[in-house]
Amino acid sequence: MRALQYAAPRSLEEAITLLQEGGPHARILAGGTDLLPQISDAVRDVAVVVDGKKIPELMHLSFDPERGLTIGAAVPCYRIYEDPIIQQHYPGLVDSASIIGGIAIQGRASLGGNLCNSGPAADSTPMLIAYGATARIAGPEGERKVPVEDFCTAPGRNVLHPGELLISLHLPTPAPRTSARYLRFIPRNEMDIAIVGVGVCLTLAETENTITAARIALGAVAPTPLFVPEAGAFLVGKAPDAEAFAGAAALAQAAARPISDMRSTAEHRKHLAGVLTRRALQGALERITTS
Amino acid sequence: MPTELKTGKVAIHATINTEPTDWLSEPRETLLEALRDRLGLTGSKEGCGNGNCGACAVLMEGRLVNSCCVLAVEAEGASITTVEGCGTPEGLSPIQRCFLEEAALQCGFCTPGFIVATKALLEKTPNPTEDEIRWWLAGNLCRCTGYDKIVRAVQNAAAAMGGN
Amino acid sequence: MATETKYRVIGTRPVRPDGVDKVTGRALYGADIVLPRMAHARVLRSPHAHARIRSIDTRQAEALTGVLAVVTAKDLPDVDAILMVGEGGDVNMRHASHNILAHDKALYEGHAVAAVAATSPHIALEALKRIVVDYEALPPVIDVRKAMEPEATLLHEDQFTDTAGEKSEKPSNIASHTIAEEGDIEKGFAEAKVVVEREFVTQTVHQGYIEPHAAVAEWRSDGFLTLWCPTQGAFAVRQQCAQILQHPASHIKVVPTEIGGGFGGKISVYLEPVAAILSRKTGRPIKILMDRAEVLMGTGPTPGTYIKVKMGVDAEGNITAAQALLAYDAGAYPGSPVGAGCMTVFAPYRLKNVRIDGYDVLVNKPKSAAYRAPGATVAEFATETVVDEICEQMGLDPLEFRLKNGAKEGDWRPFGPPYTRIGAIECVEAAQGSDHWKAPLEHEAPNGKRRGRGVASGYWMNWGGTSSCTGRLNGDGSVFLLEGSTDIGGTRASIAMQFAEAFGVDYAQVIPQVVDTDTVGYNDVTGGSRTTFGTGYAAHALAQKMQRDIVEKLAPIWEVEPDTITVEGACYASNGKSATIMEVAKLLDEKGIQVVSSVTTSPHNSSGAFATHIADVEVDSETGKVDVVRYTAVQDAGKAIHPAYVEGQMQGGVAQGIGWALNEEYFYDSAGKLRNATLLDYRMPTTLDVPPIETIIVEVPSPDHPYGVRGAGEVPIVPPPAAIANAIYDAVGVRLQTLPMSPAKVCAAILAKEGAA
Repeated sequence: MRALQYAAPRSLEEAITLLQEGGPHARILAGGTDLLPQISDAVRDVAVVVDGKKIPELMHLSFDPERGLTIGAAVPCYRIYEDPIIQQHYPGLVDSASIIGGIAIQGRASLGGNLCNSGPAADSTPMLIAYGATARIAGPEGERKVPVEDFCTAPGRNVLHPGELLISLHLPTPAPRTSARYLRFIPRNEMDIAIVGVGVCLTLAETENTITAARIALGAVAPTPLFVPEAGAFLVGKAPDAEAFAGAAALAQAAARPISDMRSTAEHRKHLAGVLTRRALQGALERITTS
Repeated sequence: MPTELKTGKVAIHATINTEPTDWLSEPRETLLEALRDRLGLTGSKEGCGNGNCGACAVLMEGRLVNSCCVLAVEAEGASITTVEGCGTPEGLSPIQRCFLEEAALQCGFCTPGFIVATKALLEKTPNPTEDEIRWWLAGNLCRCTGYDKIVRAVQNAAAAMGGN
Repeated sequence: MATETKYRVIGTRPVRPDGVDKVTGRALYGADIVLPRMAHARVLRSPHAHARIRSIDTRQAEALTGVLAVVTAKDLPDVDAILMVGEGGDVNMRHASHNILAHDKALYEGHAVAAVAATSPHIALEALKRIVVDYEALPPVIDVRKAMEPEATLLHEDQFTDTAGEKSEKPSNIASHTIAEEGDIEKGFAEAKVVVEREFVTQTVHQGYIEPHAAVAEWRSDGFLTLWCPTQGAFAVRQQCAQILQHPASHIKVVPTEIGGGFGGKISVYLEPVAAILSRKTGRPIKILMDRAEVLMGTGPTPGTYIKVKMGVDAEGNITAAQALLAYDAGAYPGSPVGAGCMTVFAPYRLKNVRIDGYDVLVNKPKSAAYRAPGATVAEFATETVVDEICEQMGLDPLEFRLKNGAKEGDWRPFGPPYTRIGAIECVEAAQGSDHWKAPLEHEAPNGKRRGRGVASGYWMNWGGTSSCTGRLNGDGSVFLLEGSTDIGGTRASIAMQFAEAFGVDYAQVIPQVVDTDTVGYNDVTGGSRTTFGTGYAAHALAQKMQRDIVEKLAPIWEVEPDTITVEGACYASNGKSATIMEVAKLLDEKGIQVVSSVTTSPHNSSGAFATHIADVEVDSETGKVDVVRYTAVQDAGKAIHPAYVEGQMQGGVAQGIGWALNEEYFYDSAGKLRNATLLDYRMPTTLDVPPIETIIVEVPSPDHPYGVRGAGEVPIVPPPAAIANAIYDAVGVRLQTLPMSPAKVCAAILAKEGAA
């Protein structure tokens, strides 16, 4: 690797200062499972590594029934899927966190880092979008919040301004009779980047068999993770049956605009977008009806 | 007191295989490089450099990690277990003995990573099913064995360690 | 040589002697070697698939603090010799030298162009960025068929097509055209009731050993070079380096370190000569490494291919004619295993009328190297899927077909003597008798996926090669067994076991060591499925020689003539006197008498090993995902010396075959650049991608080995892609004629079939 400078600040203010001073070549280090290989391969031109793991807000993980779930940007995946509250209330996050790269990767990699890496195929982003998550950002101008579906702007790029860092992700408390599912398609059975990923969150009415809310997001079918509001909107007011799910899947498939690359063809991805959306919806429904 | 931006070699103190250890690393060195090139612990191997093969796996604060994706400076104050800390020729662990008895290694290059990963698995799940074993070890690539005898060795080790 | 013999040691499963070091992380592989004052080197590689190198400016790199030396092809002497290294293949050493460091052309992305030695590996890498290479990019040729076209861009202006010794008029990317013929295929096809002809395209794949290449070089002041490297053949490294460096082989010592997998890919040298010249230039030991991207781009993958197979079968189910065209891409220099492909393409079958055409074709990819049964897997993929199609059309049971037409002792094969005793039929019979074959298969799985079952056979030769061993008897009855066959799969154990069996001692008394090229006689590479066979043969011969040598030394002590002493296993006896080997060893030691014996043997190539595999797959018809859910490998091992290691070879070969079948490929873009040079996107099977692999070892003893051993290491990689392809057809009714059968392709084929329905 090129020569690096390293600091492990203990506060957000220090981190912001270091990022500003380091300019475009400074970057926050969370789990390092994306960043370090990228620096090594000179995919990212980084000279200053600002380790975020000593900043309390970045390692914080808590749930409050009123305010929802707060996940610090550097909280590793294993803390997500081992957490009984997340297992109970946000099983879709468990889906995502437990398939990112294998156990050793999950020992370090974080959902915040996954989001800030801003890959189109990230396994956590579609699920965060489906859960209606918000990104809390801090920088020289103060704090701001951005819906996760607006966070990524292009492959590898996002809305963070110079000097800014992601503090945490916030997920609202799920309404009763809500559940979620993340599914992805990969060529092997683990260790692969998603060829297509789908995150769905479904809410049913308390007493009727009607969908009252639905959010669907796709990964790896566009330059950024793709929120498909029309697919979710289509489901609202409908019964959660095969026909409704097929309709939503068709809308999701129509919204997908994938490319052909070394991982798969555009045709295959488009086809999978529909198949996985349908299956993810079915999976979320099963979780609601069996809980 | 403001946090120092470290530029040159950094003094690092960590506990490695239960021994307090001090050494110097540049910020750009990975933990894998530090273990192999600074500390003479060449048991952990580089197979891919980017977390895709598990040959460099170590335990950090009891968690399985790929040391090629950790900077040496991040190990400050941490307790690290490498394959060298999983047993010795005079005192082989049950996991190591079972790998030998089941012929669960051929070239042996991936074996340190598997030993460490198996140790982490059995500490967490003392009696894993075959599916759980395969799931846990999916991040450790082996090109020689086809995994069959590795899975048997892990099952035997679980039994030997009283997993039932 | 009967398998009914009750052996003491052979057939047991002792722990391998190097195992403790390997499970404790103490075993030293190439990258683990550390020497005083050692410096570090890395290689600069061409980013272009095809380019003329106009100039290389190393001055800025040399000026970087910490840089000790920079080398290019100018630092290597000109070389012209031909040299034999591997499985019967001549190696053009000029090509080999140019492959080490490119001369006037970079012929593939990843082709080594320069190298830097520095005080740290990081500085060496930084220095590479400062080397300025002026390339003139040329059009790349990546596809084997395009490369064969008359107007294709040429890689070498001086390469002509060799057809049975005749040189073509014009230069060509087709380096050779091999032909094998028997009988009359026109007549044979005319007699057929069913004729099936199919074309196949397979992509480049890599051996995928987990250990990247590494080398350490050090010069002594008297001009002796020592090289440490993970290699399948220390003597092969010595020979190649001697040629490339133009330095006497007697002045080069190669110390084979432990090796983290080879599969044929660690026979040719890549880093060793570079380490040597940097070491000479800097006056320091040099360690040079490759990272994974370099391994994928700069070593020797196995060819991508275009294959056409045509087979005709009469109304009774007998093969009447078979024809194959095999075009293998050799990479940047000639030498693909297309010859071996020709030898194996129809190997499981008895044929009267055959024609095989093989083409060795240059393309702008790394120079291909051997990969476990080189050339056979893709050839069998073609043949065994054509056979499956014929069986289906004619309503024939695929295993019965293989029994009916199976090759037997005395049958013809291309380029070699007829088969001696072989186990093709026995393997098929064992497959028929297996639990797997007899287990009913539900095509509709409970999870909604489709299941299918397929079979395929395969064959690989057994190279004898030359092996040497030295044995030294110790006073406590133990024996140092020095051998030169590097151990990539447990052969230390199998060789020691054969020695122990023949010498009459316990396995634990044999201390095998893999030693360097100064310490033991010549050994051909560990490869060609020859090590347990060939070096075991030598170990057996050594045991017999040691017994004779002991007799010579014992005779004067016992005051008898040597020819009155009989040896039976561990017992030495003469005229009423007798002693065990333990007692003899003690006696000789007390008298200060040494017994050190050496042998070199070269058993001729054996008839080789057959295998028949059964694969069950589950296909998700909506996504194209294929999972192998049950797998049985039947293989003729002749005699399994250490059954666990034979099983291990079978299981490992199957896993590689599964990867080759479903996911592994080099993905090139239109500029000839490799897009997936990482283990993220060069997808090898994980624990979740292979099922438990059942092994059935058949033992039809080889007539060419004292214990009947047949080489076991290579044939298991040959059947899997065809078995899986046939299983996919059984599951979802689509036949794929490309490798890998990745989900996008399977899905597209299924959708096309549904669309056509």
